[in-house]
Amino acid sequence: MNLVEKENEIIEDFAIYDDWMEKYEYIIELGKDLPKIEDKFKIKDNIIVGCQSQVWLHAEKVDGLIQYTADADAIIAKGIISLLIQALSNETAETIIDAKLDFIKEIGLQEHLSPTRSNGLVAMVKKMKIYALALKNK
Amino acid sequence: MKIREMTFEVDKIRAQFPILKQTIGKYPLVYLDNGATTQKPQVVIDAITAYYTTQNSNIHRGVHTLSQNATVAYEEARVNIQKHINASKSLECIFTKGTTDGVNLVAHSIGKTIQEGDEIIISALEHHSNIVPWQFLVEEKGAILKIIPMNHKGELDLNVYHELLSNKTKIVSVTHVSNALGTINPIKEMVSMAHKVGALFLVDAAQSLQHFSVDVQDLDCDFMVFSGHKLFAPTGVGILYGKEKVLNELPPYQGGGDMIKKVTFEKTTYNELPHKFEAGTPNIVGGIGLGVAIKWLSELNLTEVQKYENELLDYATSEIGKIEGVKLYGTAERKSGILSFLIDGLHPYDVGTLLNQQGVAVRTGHHCTQPIMDYYKIPGTIRVSFSLYNTMADVDAFIKALRRAVNMLK
Repeated sequence: MNLVEKENEIIEDFAIYDDWMEKYEYIIELGKDLPKIEDKFKIKDNIIVGCQSQVWLHAEKVDGLIQYTADADAIIAKGIISLLIQALSNETAETIIDAKLDFIKEIGLQEHLSPTRSNGLVAMVKKMKIYALALKNK
Repeated sequence: MKIREMTFEVDKIRAQFPILKQTIGKYPLVYLDNGATTQKPQVVIDAITAYYTTQNSNIHRGVHTLSQNATVAYEEARVNIQKHINASKSLECIFTKGTTDGVNLVAHSIGKTIQEGDEIIISALEHHSNIVPWQFLVEEKGAILKIIPMNHKGELDLNVYHELLSNKTKIVSVTHVSNALGTINPIKEMVSMAHKVGALFLVDAAQSLQHFSVDVQDLDCDFMVFSGHKLFAPTGVGILYGKEKVLNELPPYQGGGDMIKKVTFEKTTYNELPHKFEAGTPNIVGGIGLGVAIKWLSELNLTEVQKYENELLDYATSEIGKIEGVKLYGTAERKSGILSFLIDGLHPYDVGTLLNQQGVAVRTGHHCTQPIMDYYKIPGTIRVSFSLYNTMADVDAFIKALRRAVNMLK
């Protein structure tokens, strides 16, 4: 599945729920599928600055594709980073760097998060792209 | 008439706040973030509209009618404020941008007389705005900052306070009500203790005036600072009350228009109180709005308001205690309007987010009181803060939403 197909799948998944509390329940569920960061990578440099809760992110390049792992101390943040990883993991660095991630707007996530958390979402995407950039030529 | 005044009718109060009628998604708004800012009654909104519709002009210097009318309205506001806090003269009420601005003004002006080794006392319960301005004096002047400690309930230790006071103490600056824990401090007693060693006393009343009446002459404090926006008035305006004698002895804070008597390139003489501390065109509409808000508040029976708010707090405290894993922060004997808590194993932001999805507005985080959070070794709390327009139904809606959030997160 390419990125666009994955994004469309996420949009469809969210369309099932019409109530935002249900959507949050789904986000919380997504947190449970989060590819967990190894403890040795849970270091200060891997904390995403700009989130109100602590979120750690790590990236590796495997067979030319970027793979992310993460963890968070808040459950909703865990769900959101899991959602982003679902979309961006196993893509090339170039695809990640250029990704517009329209699905975030499409599912209404950005408007629905408090400004601080929404900034957190922006910070998460930014950090994912920075890692992709750093791993691009490795 | 007398009987009507005696009974607190929350529905009549609530109806005056148009913002409370809205829904968040499909849920009615339950506004429980009054410690951050209160909503504005229609009379204040109308005053702002009326100002820009009929009065707008610059004050204190115009010969024309609009300017004179605006000046009268602004100065009337000052008198309303004076009466409400029972200052002896309106010139003792200086308009500021808010509580933070008031503390900075006093710290800056007193700072000019501070010598190395002079002591400043604050408490463990202070908001960052009553910590950082004093730390500037530690850095710049070599002053020593001493902290009155608190116990686990969030009450200050007055024995230690007594020991900290000495003839080296220049000023004591303490909050009336803790914004993070709700503790009401025994300010009158603390002022009297400070005066015995010749120290000045500043009261941070940001969290008290919206809940009960405060009489500056009874407290005998030298300064009191507060914000309009936590008192049903617009943001960006507040008051520094100071005793006339003390304010006269202080050097001015900012220089500019309105604060001068005569300016030459060689020497400038300063205007009299209150203008000496009010450089530049002020937040005129804010000041007028604050005057209207305070007049509105002073016409309520504040004893009844306080009693009612205590009932809300007691009910919420008792209901939240029924939820498994809840831990309260701030359990002082004397409390006002604030319920700070955490739930075992749950992050406050998760709880806050899910409360918001159900229309319940609360605050999560350290509430600009990181030293308090450090004391309890927690990153922050979920804070519910009440005001006079909240109802028992608001408490029920909050508890229901909280139970649902907890079920989802556990």
